[in-house]
Amino acid sequence: MAEIEIRALRKAFDGAEVLKGVDLTIEDGEFISLVGPSGCGKSTLLRIIAGLEPQSSGEIRIDHASADGVRPSARNLAMVFQSYALYPHLSVFDNIAVPLRMKRLSALERAPLVGRLLPSRRRAERVIREDVERVAEQLEITALLKRKPGQLSGGQRQRVAVGRAIVRQPRAFLFDEPLSNLDAKLRVHMRAEIAQLHRQLKTTFIYVTHDQAEAMTMSGRIAVMIGGELIQVGTPAAIYEDPHDIRVAEFIGTPKINAFPGRIRSDGRLEALGHPLHVATPAPAGECRVCVRPERIDLDTSGVLSGTVVHLENLGSEAFVHIGSPGMSVPVVARVNDPSQLPSIGSPVGYGFAPEAVRAFDGGGRRIVTSVPSRVERPREVAVV
Amino acid sequence: MSDAATLQGVTTAPRLRAWVFAGPRPAARAAYALAAPAFVLMLMMLIGPLAGVIALSFTDYQLGAPSFSWIGLSNYHEMFADRVFWISLKNTLTYVAIVVPGAVVLGLGTALLIQSGAGLRSWYRTVYFLPVMATLIAMAIVWEFMLHPQFGLVNGLLRAAGLQGHSWLQDRGTALYSLCVIGIWQATGFNMVLFLAGLVSIPKHLYDAAEIDGAESAWSRFRLVTWPMLGPVTLFVVTISAIRSFQVFDTVQVLTKGGPSKSSEVLIYTMYTEGFEFFRSGYGAAVTVVFLAFVLLLTSVKSALGNREVHYA
Repeated sequence: MAEIEIRALRKAFDGAEVLKGVDLTIEDGEFISLVGPSGCGKSTLLRIIAGLEPQSSGEIRIDHASADGVRPSARNLAMVFQSYALYPHLSVFDNIAVPLRMKRLSALERAPLVGRLLPSRRRAERVIREDVERVAEQLEITALLKRKPGQLSGGQRQRVAVGRAIVRQPRAFLFDEPLSNLDAKLRVHMRAEIAQLHRQLKTTFIYVTHDQAEAMTMSGRIAVMIGGELIQVGTPAAIYEDPHDIRVAEFIGTPKINAFPGRIRSDGRLEALGHPLHVATPAPAGECRVCVRPERIDLDTSGVLSGTVVHLENLGSEAFVHIGSPGMSVPVVARVNDPSQLPSIGSPVGYGFAPEAVRAFDGGGRRIVTSVPSRVERPREVAVV
Repeated sequence: MSDAATLQGVTTAPRLRAWVFAGPRPAARAAYALAAPAFVLMLMMLIGPLAGVIALSFTDYQLGAPSFSWIGLSNYHEMFADRVFWISLKNTLTYVAIVVPGAVVLGLGTALLIQSGAGLRSWYRTVYFLPVMATLIAMAIVWEFMLHPQFGLVNGLLRAAGLQGHSWLQDRGTALYSLCVIGIWQATGFNMVLFLAGLVSIPKHLYDAAEIDGAESAWSRFRLVTWPMLGPVTLFVVTISAIRSFQVFDTVQVLTKGGPSKSSEVLIYTMYTEGFEFFRSGYGAAVTVVFLAFVLLLTSVKSALGNREVHYA
């Protein structure tokens, strides 16, 4: 159980700045995901929290106490690695027992031959055995305890790695892309298991991933990191619905959000691909980008915008229609909920979107406040006058 | 079950007969023909000489003699009754027992130091590898000067420190041990390179995991990760060091000639003097067979251990 504060954290490797001042407070018992494209510094941030890497400047505080200079094991955080990092020469039992033996046995008791003769070691080993067996039962790996990691499948190794993490009852769990090496089906399964584990343990989970689906499905909050900066922190729904930056909008959501080149007119109205929209903004006139999620694009012959179908992706339960549009360098993607009613490739198609679906970003990629001037507004204005 | 057996018997019998009378099928014949050159070369170059040495050890052949006769186990009887052979065997085993642990521990230690150091790694690597690259015969002459009783560097340093010098290579009590020191000096660099390669291949995340799990001291990380992960390399290094130590010859030949009074006589040197100085090739071959038996023993111990004890990730 721990609250972790990250303050003005910077990290540079050989002059290249990887973390450019990260501030984040992780609440006690929270499941937070650090998500971002590869190379954004999320794994480095996790390693600094774990104590495996020193920061260049800034501070990490765990439960209101500075963790700077505290050894990783003394921070009492557990970490699950992408490659599992199991000791290949030790059995599953011994792998899980390592953190307990390191903590509970003295150096003399751990010594190869002498240690085994000490009665205190035998007593401690009995308790360790109970603890390991309890965790193995919880993770349903009791039958594997005698095996070596080399004899296990990827999913089983992952479980053992999780077992080694939970056996010591740490203050927080750090996960470094733990599901990346698993196949797609198992990944979905393990996703549910890790979320379930968090509900059971109620401990702080910090989960690093480049897979936004993992972040969206498991975490209470998502922290989106891009280029060494924390761009936005919020609930999955808020990150998806209300992105503050075009990079967040484009990173979260599959397929990617559609970005139309647009313009803010001098009267405060937005335009996309030269068509005026029923959307107003207080932002100054100039270039902008009008973004709409694929599921908010309506295929409609009466739509204002038009193009030709260039590609279809039918997933069975839903389908994506890729529309080549004049003025767009990449196809517009629209989700169709009923795949039985798909246009054919090459056919012309009209499309449009509701003004509420628009998320607009300025030239620098920052979100622009937009509003939909409602039609009931005008009579009220009249009434006021 | 019996039905199946008879059925199989019926079907295989004609095929077998066809094979015996008509020779192998054309495809198989081509395969044998293609494999033949490699097989013949292997017989001639690898198995042939070995079989020749073993055969020679049952003869009274003398180098250059026009004829020989089979004398059975006489060479072996003579050898096992010979005091020099037993001294030679004991000295060789002593040499192996000192040089192997010495060179393995020093090689591992050097590799760990170089690996943990920040700069100058390649420089250190080259320096420690120098003895391996230099010809041991040439280096033995340098050692002869260093160990010289009057003007040698070693005794010079001892005298400078106020200690008594010593006739290292001329004393029966120290000659073999001096050779051991040279052997360790020469083998350390080779072992270091092998250990360095092993250290590089240990995944970094294992050290991260060890650190998180509470292995705070360098020693506990070594015990938990480095040593077990070096298992395959260590086994290989020990075997190679042992075989190379069994082969010790150059330093003995250059520095002591097996003396004084056989105190540094070793197997290969005995083989050499018997075979090439006294021209008793048959007897020399018998000594070689004993040497080969030890090498074979070492190799089989290695492969037995390799299958059981060593963990490849």
